[in-house]
Amino acid sequence: MESVIERIEKGHFWKFHGGIHPPEMKFLTSNKPIRQLPMPVELVIPIQQHIGEAGEIIVNVGDTVVKGQALTKTTLPISVPVHAPTSGKVSAIEHATIAHPSGLEELCIKLIPDGEDKWRERTICPEYQQLSKSQIIEKISNAGISGMGGAGFPTHIKVSTSAQINYLIINAAECEPYITADDLLMREHSSAILDGINILDHLLEPAFILIGIEDNKPEAIQALKNATKDSDKIKICVLPTQYPGGGEKQLIMALTGTEVPSGVLPNTLGIVMQNIATCFAIADAVINDTPLIKRVVTVSGQALEKPQNVWALLGTPVEFLLQECGYPQQDKKHIIMGGPMMGFSLPNNKVPVVKTTNCILAPSEQEIPNDNQEVECIRCGQCAEVCPSQLLPQELQWSAKAKDHQQLDSLNLFDCIECGACAYVCPSHIPLVHYYRVAKAEIRQQNLLDIKAEKAKVRFEARKLRLEREKLAREAKHKKAAEARKARMNSGTPEANNEKSAVAAALARVKAKKAQASSGATSNDENTNSAEGTEKKSQVAAAIARAKAKKLAAKNNITTSDDKAPLENTQASVTQNEEKTVKTDPVEDKKAKVAAAIAKAKAKKLASSTKLDETASTEPEAAVEISPADAKKAKITAAVAKAKAKKQQTEHTKQTKEVDKSSADNLQGSTKDESSTNAVTDKKARIAAAVAKAKAKKQQAESK
Amino acid sequence: MAYWIASSPHNHLQSKTSALMRLVIYATIPGILTQWYFFGWGNIIHISLAIATALLTEFTVLSLREKKVAEQLFDGSAILTAVLLGISLPALAPWWISVIGTIFAIAIVKQLYGGIGLNPFNPAMAGYVMLLISFPVQMTSWQPPLELMSVPLDFINTLSVIFTNFTYDGYSVEQLRTHIDGHTMATPLDTVKTNLTLGLTIAESMNNIVIGEYVGVGWQSLNLAFLIGGIFLLFKKAIPLVTPLSFLGSLFICSLIAFLLSPDSNASTLFHWFNGACMLGAFFILTDPVSGATSVKGRIIFGALAGFLVFIIRKFGGYPDAVAFAVLLCNMAAPLIDQYTRPRTYGHK
Repeated sequence: MESVIERIEKGHFWKFHGGIHPPEMKFLTSNKPIRQLPMPVELVIPIQQHIGEAGEIIVNVGDTVVKGQALTKTTLPISVPVHAPTSGKVSAIEHATIAHPSGLEELCIKLIPDGEDKWRERTICPEYQQLSKSQIIEKISNAGISGMGGAGFPTHIKVSTSAQINYLIINAAECEPYITADDLLMREHSSAILDGINILDHLLEPAFILIGIEDNKPEAIQALKNATKDSDKIKICVLPTQYPGGGEKQLIMALTGTEVPSGVLPNTLGIVMQNIATCFAIADAVINDTPLIKRVVTVSGQALEKPQNVWALLGTPVEFLLQECGYPQQDKKHIIMGGPMMGFSLPNNKVPVVKTTNCILAPSEQEIPNDNQEVECIRCGQCAEVCPSQLLPQELQWSAKAKDHQQLDSLNLFDCIECGACAYVCPSHIPLVHYYRVAKAEIRQQNLLDIKAEKAKVRFEARKLRLEREKLAREAKHKKAAEARKARMNSGTPEANNEKSAVAAALARVKAKKAQASSGATSNDENTNSAEGTEKKSQVAAAIARAKAKKLAAKNNITTSDDKAPLENTQASVTQNEEKTVKTDPVEDKKAKVAAAIAKAKAKKLASSTKLDETASTEPEAAVEISPADAKKAKITAAVAKAKAKKQQTEHTKQTKEVDKSSADNLQGSTKDESSTNAVTDKKARIAAAVAKAKAKKQQAESK
Repeated sequence: MAYWIASSPHNHLQSKTSALMRLVIYATIPGILTQWYFFGWGNIIHISLAIATALLTEFTVLSLREKKVAEQLFDGSAILTAVLLGISLPALAPWWISVIGTIFAIAIVKQLYGGIGLNPFNPAMAGYVMLLISFPVQMTSWQPPLELMSVPLDFINTLSVIFTNFTYDGYSVEQLRTHIDGHTMATPLDTVKTNLTLGLTIAESMNNIVIGEYVGVGWQSLNLAFLIGGIFLLFKKAIPLVTPLSFLGSLFICSLIAFLLSPDSNASTLFHWFNGACMLGAFFILTDPVSGATSVKGRIIFGALAGFLVFIIRKFGGYPDAVAFAVLLCNMAAPLIDQYTRPRTYGHK
């Protein structure tokens, strides 16, 4: 550890891999002091300006607030409040576009300044050493301070680490081109920054404090040297200018030669890093009791007439800043929040300045042209040479385009810090970082889906188990109940006997019914099948016929079903059962009845054709002698049909007409249409029945 | 009022692939001029033929593939391929050699694999190898340096030989290659190889007329010129240093070991370095990023393997020169080399 300090004292530093030297362009703003701005007309304060959870809004629309008053309160640990940057009236609490690459809308508090700029009551506390650590941390937390370098991690979390800290590194590298906000802050407020560093020293008690600053800021270096000349603990480390030297991992590497393992926070290595602007804010919060309500913003770019650094109240719309710095009226606008390497384009100019906004860039067309024409990668490998994370951007690009998530993972995509060095040097102008962002988002999305699917699976398994358990429980319960009943019945009491006889009677009834049904069936088909076989078959067939009848009823179409009988061989026995069904169901639809009648007729026809199958069906005229048994059978069938017809007549004349008409149609094909007349007569029905009878006889004969 | 939305980084190094290609083409100029000085107009004619064919082929294939013809046609990659192929061909080869070779290189080796950036083989070298295997007579009839030729060869006569196989005065290629004393002159590499099979030592071979004062009349200067062009590219940071360094180093080590073991049957390192396509291969062919390895470590292995293969093929193979074969074999190995030379990502032990 000693050697690290020795090296630093000699001005020797480590080198991180890669890095680039884009045009710095800091001269645009570095020679002008930080300007105070007039009050904007409206402030838009997003309630979340840091990493973590948003606070809870504690003001209402119409409330009058004073400068420095908290607008949200925090209940969760990784959360900081936001404050009113000036006194005024809350005009709205609504969604508005915030500073986010996606142009996301988030909840914002809109504040109309009253121009008085009236402070809340403050207690100045220059003797911070007398405060306890937890008091200071609370002050930092209540002041809403989060990292001002870029990520916006709540500062109070970072400074309340319990780990032994060797190095407190103050990041003053400001490696992005154009940005001079920290540079100017150091030049103008070095003593306040020193106070902030001392407070951090008091909190973290590090062995050494290293201020990492790039050598392109000589005035700031001088200012810091003057401010810290009495301190042995603070080392000002002047590093060669190289992008991205201000990246946390890169700066740690450059200053201490330590590589932060992937997925590990630096404080586990005894290193804490704070941005220089955060130090200023800490001093302001702890000593002056001033919450984080303003910051230095570099408003730069060659499209502006007066590029400069300004003190911007948080919530100031970008539009106002650009206006103050002389942004010309032009059709095509390109406004970047942040630097040219890692900043993002803004979707409109109403976006407010937040705690992490260090730069607003309004480049001219020549400065940052929009003609990005991607061509094929030629594997030149320059991207890998400049990558500070030692990744293989070119291979990542292939895999990202192929959506090969597994390969992206093995190439350590998530170690990419999105510095943009690879895309900067790419001769094929491939927007590499963009591909990585998309791939990262896709992988995150996929992971979320995977977690969701896993949860659903667990839920499903649990449900299956529960249902199984319930089923078993139910079965056990039923078994128990059955046993109890049996026991009760066999107990010999009169009630038990009554019950027993009732059960016996029911059983007998069921049996009788069954016997009746089977005899009915056999009477019709005595020469085709055995009684039991027919019964079973007929039940199936009846069910089919019923279903069909219902279907037909629904279809409102009677005649088309004539030829559609899939189970023709078993249809013979449908008749009886079907008839029964029709009769026993008083609310049966009329149409269903008609259909049943059709089925009946068909069944009769088929009863004969079952025989026909055995003989030559192609020769219906093959007349043979009618045996007495056959004659008798035919007579029975006819009689049944007649009786049925009569019965139906008495029930509903109209129905009967239709039934007979349909059955007649079925039997005769389409030649007979005498029953389609409107007249409703018993005679006709009877004629039809007689015809049916004759037909049945004839068919019986033919089937022989 | 439109807001331009772009993904970071917003600024960009204004270098382009086409600029890189142009730079490499410029770097071949010293070599081409030296070739012209020592060997006459033959290669310049072949380069012109190859460029015309390459542009025509590229245009046709890009049109068929419905690509942006205007942008890709002049990105320099097709022209560079044609220039490299034209340089590599025997100066007096018939015109259709360069036409067929270029069509093969552009249409099959480059475009059928997906165009720029996607070809696994160096198109110029693949075209050269195809020609060498298919047309061995034409591809091994090397023209001797002008100063050794008995028949003077001007531009018109060279053109005539390339298009009709005969000069105006009716000399055939074979006659042109014949020395005053009746021997057919071969390249220094070929001469040494043939002499070894005839039982002559290297020292005896070095007395041959085609070797001249140093290691080969014409050829030594040509390689020197490509070396200068290569150093220019290195200076411009257009090509990585490690590939040629590793290639030449590997060739140096191999030839040195062989020379030390048996000086009579092995030529010196300088002979290997300044003969055939050695310097062209080191600085212009092996440094082709598309078909090479990508990491520094990978490039070292890639170059060393190429050097080793060049030596092995020159020494034991059937062909006198070996750069084209070595390059193709290394191209095949490049994906594998890349696979095993991935750098350790920051933060991953």
